[in-house]
Amino acid sequence: MSAPFFYALVGIGLFSLGLYGLIVHAHLLRKILALNIMGSGIFLVLVALAKRTGEAPPDAVPHAMVITGVVVAVSATALALTLMLKLTAETGRAELPEKGRE
Amino acid sequence: METVVTEFSWGIALILLPLAGGMICFLWPRRTQILGLVTVFAVALSVGGLAWQMLDKGVYRHAVGGWGAPLGIDLYADGLSLLMLATTALVGFAISVYSAAYFKQEDAIRFWPLWLFLLAALNALFLSGDIFNVYVTFELMGLAAVSLVALAGGRDALGGAMRYLLAALLGSLAYLLGVALLYHGFGTVDIALLSERVEPSPVVWAALGLMGAGLLLKTAVFPLHFWLPPAHASAPAPVSALLSALVVKASFYILLRLWLEVFEPLISSEGVYTLLGLIGAMAVLWGSIQALRQTRLKLLIAYSTVAQIGYLFLAFPLAVAVGSTAWSAVAYLAISHALAKAAMFLAAGNLVRFGGHDRIADLDRVVQRLPLTAAAFALAGVSIMGLPPSGGFIGKWLMLEVALTQGRWDLVVVMLLGGLLAAAYVFKVLGYAFTQAEVAHEPKTVPASMEWAALLLALAAVLMGFLAVPVLSLVDIGDPFGLSEVRP
Amino acid sequence: MSWNSWLPLLLILSSLIPGLIIFALAEERVRLRITLNLLGALVNVGLVGLMLWGVYNGVHYEMRLPLLPGIELVLRAGSLSLFFVTLSAVLWLITTVYAIGYLEDSPNRSRFFGFFSLCVTATVGVALSGNLITFLLFYELLTLATYPLIVHRGTEAARRAGRTYLAYTIFGGALLLLGTVWLYSLTGTLEFTSQGFLDALGGEHRLSLTIIFVLLIAGFGVKAALVPFHGWLPQAMVAPAPVTALLHAVAVVKAGAFGIVRVVYDVFGVEFSADLGVLEPLAWLAAITIIYGSMRALFQDNLKRRLAFSTISQVSYIALGVAIAGPIATIGGVVHLVHQGLMKITLFFCAGNLAETLGIHKVSEMNGVGRRMPWTMAAFTVGAFGMIGAPPIAGFVTKWYLGIGAMDAGQDWVILVLAGSSLLNAAYFLPILHRAWFREPVGDWPEERNFGRKETAWMLLLPPLLTAVMALTVGLLALLPVSPLGWAKLIAEREFYQP
Repeated sequence: MSAPFFYALVGIGLFSLGLYGLIVHAHLLRKILALNIMGSGIFLVLVALAKRTGEAPPDAVPHAMVITGVVVAVSATALALTLMLKLTAETGRAELPEKGRE
Repeated sequence: METVVTEFSWGIALILLPLAGGMICFLWPRRTQILGLVTVFAVALSVGGLAWQMLDKGVYRHAVGGWGAPLGIDLYADGLSLLMLATTALVGFAISVYSAAYFKQEDAIRFWPLWLFLLAALNALFLSGDIFNVYVTFELMGLAAVSLVALAGGRDALGGAMRYLLAALLGSLAYLLGVALLYHGFGTVDIALLSERVEPSPVVWAALGLMGAGLLLKTAVFPLHFWLPPAHASAPAPVSALLSALVVKASFYILLRLWLEVFEPLISSEGVYTLLGLIGAMAVLWGSIQALRQTRLKLLIAYSTVAQIGYLFLAFPLAVAVGSTAWSAVAYLAISHALAKAAMFLAAGNLVRFGGHDRIADLDRVVQRLPLTAAAFALAGVSIMGLPPSGGFIGKWLMLEVALTQGRWDLVVVMLLGGLLAAAYVFKVLGYAFTQAEVAHEPKTVPASMEWAALLLALAAVLMGFLAVPVLSLVDIGDPFGLSEVRP
Repeated sequence: MSWNSWLPLLLILSSLIPGLIIFALAEERVRLRITLNLLGALVNVGLVGLMLWGVYNGVHYEMRLPLLPGIELVLRAGSLSLFFVTLSAVLWLITTVYAIGYLEDSPNRSRFFGFFSLCVTATVGVALSGNLITFLLFYELLTLATYPLIVHRGTEAARRAGRTYLAYTIFGGALLLLGTVWLYSLTGTLEFTSQGFLDALGGEHRLSLTIIFVLLIAGFGVKAALVPFHGWLPQAMVAPAPVTALLHAVAVVKAGAFGIVRVVYDVFGVEFSADLGVLEPLAWLAAITIIYGSMRALFQDNLKRRLAFSTISQVSYIALGVAIAGPIATIGGVVHLVHQGLMKITLFFCAGNLAETLGIHKVSEMNGVGRRMPWTMAAFTVGAFGMIGAPPIAGFVTKWYLGIGAMDAGQDWVILVLAGSSLLNAAYFLPILHRAWFREPVGDWPEERNFGRKETAWMLLLPPLLTAVMALTVGLLALLPVSPLGWAKLIAEREFYQP
């Protein structure tokens, strides 16, 4: 199999691992990390698929998408971490609270 | 003057105005309310300008900065986009007026920039012509919305916000992977180009699955709705209104667009349609029953949103044969629900502000002191129940008509049952307006602008019951539902 | 739009606008509220008079508003519409006077009169509807406007009655919606047309049309208190007397009966309905309701509940007249819309007087009340004899036409039902009259209010006397062309003899 295809598969593998981690772990920091891993997986897929055959330079569009995606991921992670800190300060535990008295 | 209106690129204004406004509000906190209101009003006027332009020249297209696809961003608006933009502007304006009176200064400083960024994201989403831009707008929308939910502080709000953030990010990531696959398969992210190039292949099925799942999660369709009730119920009232009325509709809009343009022509088996109809039906029934069981008002209204979203998905199985009327019904239901649900949450906000709690059983003293708010809730309820005259009734009628023409009795029964259950939970609340409870005589009142904002939105929902003909003709600009295409 | 299209809309606005203004009034603005109420009612009657005069001179009043692509909201002044709208306008005026007197010093009067006016708006809309969807719109509006009136008192019993009412009527509304949309999807039109618009469909849809008929009749039957949908009506008696008076005579119950009339005559057409075979079951259902209502009435001690079951029984005369597919029976059924209205409202006004003045709620408390309140009981007597069917009061005219019509159409069994019903009516009305006039009072009245030398407030006394006289007059002068009976003959002619 060609190198880009291998990298793309790894990317999808990361995505799946991240998804598993997001669902299974209760601690918020682990969930946030899992989301980041999923994001990295997708970026890997994008970069891998950008490589064209032969001598042609790689397709620039997926690279642009990855850069945008990285910026977005940074902002989202920042927000998620802040929320997690506030929630921990409020409840004492870094986990999603039980759905409140309904 | 005419040419200025028809030549100016209103789409840019719709995105830049709230972005700039948000930043200015952040930098000039002492004047934040007035700046915010002025910005939202300017946005509303811009939607008017866009409408005028589109009535004159048809579909709106604009390449931002003169750079076209694939690296540049294309803006595109047809009748459906215009209606969503108009609804956003109208509901947004009413909620802005409400919020100006609702938030204390220290909260207002944080609310207005966030709301304006959310508005920019919504507008950008409805104007997007390519699927990657949609991803960016989803993220901006998500971050702004989550922050707005967390504004209230406290365990419930923070927990709701965190759940919402995790769900939103998960949905976006699934969506992005789908975008990557589609780009790899067909070399473009532009929706119009994709609709021409796409053909059945494993890549497309994978993309459909991923993007579909991501969007269904973001739209809170049963059974992926778990994040919605806690988030919508614990947020401040105007934020709940924004979320239920507008944000949820944004992801549905993208789902609909992608379905109509990219995925639908490829689907040959009925399975997908049936699946979507099935989850819609379950959303309607389960959401309504849960709403009936609630003891707190805002949770009741949030579950009502889950149910109402289900109605939108009932149209998918109906659109197999007779495309257009089912989609017109969906557009109408979406708009009416936005108006009515926003009115309901604002009314609930008034009741909570006055009474200090939102336990339904103890609402009677409060409801009787706020007749305007009670009227707003009642009129909004009429639309939610689908009783005439209201936009909700028109949507329900159109859907029933299509369902009966196709002999889909299962969907007819679901729709009628949903209406009955909605009546049950609406009157559960309204019944308290008529008890003999001792009327409280606290001096604190609710500002008139808050009561009137709720009432006017509710009246708009009722008025939609009479505007079907003009609104439906607006939707047809640019033929969003593909009526003129020849189907194989 | 010309003047001819504005008049129907103005008629609706003449009760809507005062209602909306009244909602905004503070409780203490008694004078302004009374003025608005009476002004609205008078303008309403005036406009109806104007419309009658115009139609008599050949003017055609119609208003059309686009509602959906292909469907319009239509208000039209046809002969049946005018028949019902005149009843509504006149009785609204009288009931307004009564309500003002009855609710003096009660809480929440602004809210009450606001919804009262909305209720009349909805009824006028129902009367003037030119197609099934307009009818549906105003019919559902009626549900929403009457619920607050039923729960007005705010007691646990009132709220329970309100919940029951809603459960029944919203369910009925869902059936109506289904029937209407289905019909539209089959025929593409919903306009009320003399002799129906369905014969063009031919034979393929017989089963669907039969089911649609059942749905529509069931939907309307809920408000018309047709067995087995009658359960809400006796419970709704907890509402204040003006509400029950209006509900029974004009608004809710009549709207349901009116709906049944419209479905059979102007949607399906009598001939087509008979052809489908749906009229006979309807006649049976009506007959069962007539007998069942009267039998339950026998066992009620609470006066208003007894009258409620009497209404359940009497309104089905209309359904029966409609179901016996013949011109004479039609006349009987249609004219009973007015006759029953006049007689029943009289009875409820009197019941309200007894409760307000003397605290009487039960038949067993009514001994000797005829001496204490002679005028009220005189009006009650007229209403009661009309119910029994004694000439020359209105009720007799109805029964006569129904009987002759039944024989004419070959349905002789109906005469037995009519006779049985009259006997039962006598069985539960005559004892009341006997108690009131010929027995001595037992101890003090439960709760007496003194009005000086008059037996009760004039605002409470005048309305029942007026309606009792009207019930008598329409019976006496039935053979004149301007009577309700003459009008009903005109309507029947249109239905049966026009090409």
